[in-house]
Amino acid sequence: MMVDEDDRRLLAALQDGLPQVPHPFAAVAARLELDEAAVIARLSALVERGVVKRCGLVVRHHELGWRANAMVVWDVPDDRVDAAGRLLAGHPFVTLCYRRPRHPPAWPYNLFCMIHGRDRATVEAQIGLLCALEDMAGVSHAVLFSRRRFKQCGARLARSEAA
Amino acid sequence: MTAEHRDAPEVALTPLECRLLDRFQRGLPLVPRPYRAMAEALGTTEEAVLAALERLKQAGVLSRVGAVVRPNTAGASTLAAMAVPPADLERVAALVSARTEVNHNYEREHRLNLWFVVTAPDAVARQCVLRAIERETGYAVLDLPLEAAYHIDLGFALT
Repeated sequence: MMVDEDDRRLLAALQDGLPQVPHPFAAVAARLELDEAAVIARLSALVERGVVKRCGLVVRHHELGWRANAMVVWDVPDDRVDAAGRLLAGHPFVTLCYRRPRHPPAWPYNLFCMIHGRDRATVEAQIGLLCALEDMAGVSHAVLFSRRRFKQCGARLARSEAA
Repeated sequence: MTAEHRDAPEVALTPLECRLLDRFQRGLPLVPRPYRAMAEALGTTEEAVLAALERLKQAGVLSRVGAVVRPNTAGASTLAAMAVPPADLERVAALVSARTEVNHNYEREHRLNLWFVVTAPDAVARQCVLRAIERETGYAVLDLPLEAAYHIDLGFALT
């Protein structure tokens, strides 16, 4: 694994976010019994190594007015799925695009993409654009709009909480 | 763990809030006074940035100022789905949301109607969580771990 226990402790300390105080890293450092410079250096290294893919303001899209959220799933032949994934991910309105295992017959789909938009009609039009792509023609798919959000928060990484 | 309403009012942003969100969903300055560095980049004061972030948090727009961890680097995560009869969905969703290892939990329009993300320190712990949810709720959990990622997470564009 790419992280050691000290990295894990730092990420766990950050999971609820930095405090809004002038010296937020010093506040985190105090909780970890480290110094501010060590916290900044360790976090910088995690960003550098790609463990942390971004550092910054984590928003809740629904409150920003992005009301429609669709998961579009596709059953793409295995030899074409990576090319299809890169193709879909290249569209600016596709916010996430992942390959995952099929579980036939309940779940025949292996390519997942997320589209967040201001309203359902916009998202449906964007899905239409994807379906019209030459490479996606005839690919069986399903659209799963979200209905209710029961929970949305950052991942918990502390071992102590994993009982 | 009640469901959050779909029709909660949309939050109107001030120009400073809008610029903060546009500019700093990534690239938080990793310096002792990051909010002052953000203020300098936007031509305002540290106090104004702190006040704007506080308001965005209160309004629910800002989840946190933090680090987004790439899946399966510092922990083991998976996407899971369950097919739950609608009459039982509230109960099952509450049981699922109550677990600290569950960080997203949504109802979606499909026979598989409950979709959630489980993140645990390692794959063994992750499987334990899925099995525990099956035992506790009485419904099977479909385990759909990530096999490849094709996107780059840039945060949300405001425009």
